[in-house]
Amino acid sequence: MAILVIAEHSNGALAGATLNTVAAAQKIGGEIVVLVAGQGVAPVAEAAAKVAGVGKVLVADDAAYANLLPENVAPLIVGLAKGYSHVLAPATTNGKNYLPRVAALLDVEQISEIVEVVAADTFKRPIYAGNAIATVQSSAPVKVITVRATGFDAVAAEGGSAAIEPVSGTGDAGKSAFVGEELATSDRPELTAAKIVISGGRGLQNGDNFKHLYALADKLGAAVGASRAAVDAGFVPNDMQVGQTGKIVAPQLYIAVGISGAIQHLAGMKDSKVIVAINKDEDAPIFQVADYGLVADLFEAVPELEKLV
Amino acid sequence: MKILVAVKRVVDYNVKVRVKADNSGVDLANVKMSMNPFCEIAVEEAVRLKEKGVASEIVVVTIGPAAAQEQLRTALALGADRALLVESGEELNSLAVAKLLKAVVDKEQPQLVILGKQSIDSDNNQTGQMLAALTGYAQGTFASKVEVAGDKLSVTREIDGGLQTVSLALPAVVTTDLRLNEPRYASLPNIMKAKKKPLETVTPDALGVSLASTLKTVRVEAPAARSAGIKVGSVAELVEKLKNEAKVI
Repeated sequence: MAILVIAEHSNGALAGATLNTVAAAQKIGGEIVVLVAGQGVAPVAEAAAKVAGVGKVLVADDAAYANLLPENVAPLIVGLAKGYSHVLAPATTNGKNYLPRVAALLDVEQISEIVEVVAADTFKRPIYAGNAIATVQSSAPVKVITVRATGFDAVAAEGGSAAIEPVSGTGDAGKSAFVGEELATSDRPELTAAKIVISGGRGLQNGDNFKHLYALADKLGAAVGASRAAVDAGFVPNDMQVGQTGKIVAPQLYIAVGISGAIQHLAGMKDSKVIVAINKDEDAPIFQVADYGLVADLFEAVPELEKLV
Repeated sequence: MKILVAVKRVVDYNVKVRVKADNSGVDLANVKMSMNPFCEIAVEEAVRLKEKGVASEIVVVTIGPAAAQEQLRTALALGADRALLVESGEELNSLAVAKLLKAVVDKEQPQLVILGKQSIDSDNNQTGQMLAALTGYAQGTFASKVEVAGDKLSVTREIDGGLQTVSLALPAVVTTDLRLNEPRYASLPNIMKAKKKPLETVTPDALGVSLASTLKTVRVEAPAARSAGIKVGSVAELVEKLKNEAKVI
């Protein structure tokens, strides 16, 4: 059995989610081959070759694979997939974009966002916004799977010495073109990888008041997230959203400030190790999942917290 | 252009579902069902494209039990022109749904297919991408803005780090993200008018699609419950607990 893991990368660096995906591949068992597709990805391939547990790195370096457009990348992966028992990608927006296309072209089901490997053909995944966990078994010849990063501890980024081998696919399918992107800039840790996450909701009242959370976050080395209410109200950009439709996080400490705790928000953070809720409504549902709850006005409690930590 | 919109009947997003005692699934008996929220956004976008004069006809399709007609009538009340129900009693996986939709696309020949990015029951986020693969169309997933420019479609997509814009050849498949639009409510006169709009029912057999699946659900269980927390009286007490009891800061 050999497992093909599709690497996630941006700006010439291997993304952390790839390490969690390799960890899931190790749980399945078998030789692990990482595919790095993109343009100018030699440094990514070198980083992938150093990842512990990786047996081989395939590099598809072509302008057609820049930005991982699914119309171009899916045929490349399909061409390689036949020799593997499993094809895994991180459940990032990229992985979610191209991998179902791969599965359909291979005429197999895809298993989305696994959080546990039970056996080489059996996996656990959350359904209904994390309110139920399904165990699913696949009899497909190639198991096509996206991996939820927070379900698996990342493997070491150093220690491996895999061989790097170039591969090529069919190139540009001519159906789509990248026009541009607008990335949010932040000096704080990445939301999905941070050990501490502080999130704000509608209770913050406006975008300016998020400065209280940023000040606390900077002191704790934390990332800042938000509920959908805060994003929809325009307080913060949408890539900060935590929840069923946003990012899934599982940090050591999650501090929910002015967030009521709707089912859809809980889906994105309830696997956090310790949850703290600060809310002035003592009946807010967030208190049902919080390890430590503080019923208080956030505009007094957050600055005081910042002083004390 | 003709637009095909796929919608799904799912448990209402406000319902807190319960796992059945025999772990065979979640209990959907006597639970409120609604149109999947992302599908509402898909219908709304199609209706807006028609209002702008871009779309000439909107066909709405669902795959599910006879009761899913309710969701089709809702879509008709929101502005879709006609509806198609592919009636299937069993719960189908994404690939089977994508194959059925492919058969509908072959018949209807739409220029644009709009779906939600994921259904809030299975949380799969697969069907749109699979349909694009089977039809050979380009895909614009997680769309927060859609513009038709000649024979191309410009789609702004929500990605992990922010937003990305792609240009797609038509025909294409688009899946909606939450911020694409704010769906309207159906007015009472429109609900009445929707009852007279055409709704056709077909079977998967008639579409010539095999529903065989390689995936089976072995067990469904409730997630591990979190142990009950405590309420602290002050910020100082909170900091003390986080430092000494939880040891996370």
